[in-house]
Amino acid sequence: MEKTGNIIELKDVSLVYEDGCKAVDSFNLEVRRGEFVTLLGPSGCGKTTTLRMIAGFSKPTEGDILLNGRSIVDLPPYERPVNTVFQRYALFPHMNIYENIAFGLKQKKTPRDVIDRKVRHVLDLVDLEGFEQRRVNTLSGGQQQRIAIARALVNEPEILLLDEPLGALDLKMRKEMQIELKDMHDKLGITFIYVTHDQEEALTMSDKIVVMNEGRIQQTGTPEDIYNEPINAFVADFIGDSNIFNGIMTGKLKARFCGGEFDCVDDYKEGTHITAVVRPEDVELTEPAKGTIRGTVDSVIFKGVHYEITVLSGRNEIVSQTVRSAQPGDYVGIHVDPDNIHIMMAEDNTNYFFVDINRDYQLEYNGHVLETNLTKIIPASHRTEDGTVLDAGGEAVDPRRVRIRAAIKPGDMEMTDDQEAGLIQGTISNLIYKGDHYSYIIHTELEQDFIVDDEYLWNMDDRVSLLMPEEKMVFSVRKK
Amino acid sequence: MHFSRKSLGIPYFIFLLLFVVAPLIVLVFYAFTNGQGQFTMQNFTDFFTDPNTMGTLVYSFGISIVTTVVCLLLAYPIAYFLVMSELKAKSTVVMIFVLPMWINFSLRITALKEVLSFLEGNLAMHPFLNSVIGMTYDFLPFMILPIFTTISKLDDSLREAAMDLGANDRQTFLRVTLPLSMPGIMSGVSMVFLPAMTNYVVLDMLYNSTYIMGSLIGSYFNAYDWHGGSMISIILLSIICLFTLLTSDQEDESLRGGALL
Repeated sequence: MEKTGNIIELKDVSLVYEDGCKAVDSFNLEVRRGEFVTLLGPSGCGKTTTLRMIAGFSKPTEGDILLNGRSIVDLPPYERPVNTVFQRYALFPHMNIYENIAFGLKQKKTPRDVIDRKVRHVLDLVDLEGFEQRRVNTLSGGQQQRIAIARALVNEPEILLLDEPLGALDLKMRKEMQIELKDMHDKLGITFIYVTHDQEEALTMSDKIVVMNEGRIQQTGTPEDIYNEPINAFVADFIGDSNIFNGIMTGKLKARFCGGEFDCVDDYKEGTHITAVVRPEDVELTEPAKGTIRGTVDSVIFKGVHYEITVLSGRNEIVSQTVRSAQPGDYVGIHVDPDNIHIMMAEDNTNYFFVDINRDYQLEYNGHVLETNLTKIIPASHRTEDGTVLDAGGEAVDPRRVRIRAAIKPGDMEMTDDQEAGLIQGTISNLIYKGDHYSYIIHTELEQDFIVDDEYLWNMDDRVSLLMPEEKMVFSVRKK
Repeated sequence: MHFSRKSLGIPYFIFLLLFVVAPLIVLVFYAFTNGQGQFTMQNFTDFFTDPNTMGTLVYSFGISIVTTVVCLLLAYPIAYFLVMSELKAKSTVVMIFVLPMWINFSLRITALKEVLSFLEGNLAMHPFLNSVIGMTYDFLPFMILPIFTTISKLDDSLREAAMDLGANDRQTFLRVTLPLSMPGIMSGVSMVFLPAMTNYVVLDMLYNSTYIMGSLIGSYFNAYDWHGGSMISIILLSIICLFTLLTSDQEDESLRGGALL
């Protein structure tokens, strides 16, 4: 009866809360039997909600969920042939390990000896033989996690749902469990749907990754696809380390970003606003004359197999991973093979730029002190009486290791002739009429391009100052 | 002068000595002596041979058990549905149930007496029923609060896990929610059952001429029989100790929580 080989299909599934908040928006997904699918995204992106809809704890407000071709949206959780491994294990504290694992089988009125055999089998599978009589609270986090997996697997579900199952474990434990889970998946042939915010976990384990943000699927594909061909800036930024730049197409297979004009292989119409993504391992450092752009080495970190070298070209920061070291202060050229420049249409032209943390632990950009309090940006931080800002661990924030990135939308900025009024000055290097407004590219003296939308017509090469209202800026913390 | 943290305990230690240990010693002394101050077991044997005292003990147990069961049957559903409801002001609703505790006890019982007289006519006709109604009215908050706290602290994912593993709503309740709310039930029961054995003021105010343990002790003391009264107190104390021991032994320490005391 298997027509498609899809074990589960989500069709235009949406979940809108009563307050109008869209948790999941037109979600479409097909999962083949035996696949390991990961829903990946930052917290609050709707990935757990999606999983809960498959498990039956939440009901979609729109759309349909098909299991083996039959709709299951009206089935209660206890009638669905799926089992969940919960984020915080959810083991029953009033039962011992045997009773926990046998819970599902007892519901199905399985004969006693079969239960015994199956419980022993899954305990063997998760490497916890002989734990039957132990109480839940005598187990470590890692052991509890294994029991939670055993308790789900013993029911031989068609699909195993895992909700950030390794989130509460320490790094070493997590790595071990990743491998074990992958092994179990290969051995059992059960379909796994896995939810995580850890991109590395997703890349390591999955056959297919679904990257989500704000309730919507951003991209679906194999780990290789997602890593090598991110479809937009969000995916590129979320998966792996990336250099991401705003820019514009300046000619056939030519793109201008990061203060230079690069050859590329993606063909877009001249004048198109683009986002360029370059993986650090594809950034080549050359002699100044041979590079497309030039800059000064800012920092060099030895990472075992390679060096991570940060180059500053004006205000642009380019991260390179190479096997050849360099010295901070070296003047170098930067070359990127056209094949390795991934160009996407800019769907939103948000400008990103780094702001400094000055000695008084205030935010500073281009010599202007910003009013936003640093403690509002760094989670759980506070300011001492002498003005030092301490992070959650009680250590003073180190501007060399923590960077603050500001984001501002083109429509939220304004241009002015009054050179002193704005945060930064530059010249208009490009303008396009967009129907009801003009879109400008301002090339600033810090070698950074800003995209600004304005309804009035300015001239090319006009010198302007950029007004950036602070309440429109979104700050985020970037670790070095 | 050296001041250690232990010194902070001194006032409490003195308090304990004066108001707990000393009275206990006096109690034990009176219980096992006669009017001439000689050691005797007479008071002990008297208690178990006198049909009146034994009858009172059984009657007290009866009132206590019925009161506790009625409180539990009322409190559990109230607490359960309060926790499960989508109400935003849950704690406010709980407050409404607890609010009567703020009104003076005798005022409350007097009001109840008026209501009962209006319904029943002569209160003396239904002594047992009135006692149970009075005590239930008085002790219900002590049952609701710990149960409510225990159920609200239960991790939602435990119930979801049960459903996920194939248990329907009823099975989930019986196999997960109810067993896990036992600590709350236990502390609720001990806070209702024991006071219900002794709180004879409720009976007195409802014109109930029957005796429970509390009124029995009172009557001995009123008749200046310190020895007999002390012995009954000791026996009651032993029963309470035994009961507390039994209930606290049953559950795992880690499952505790929700206990009011």
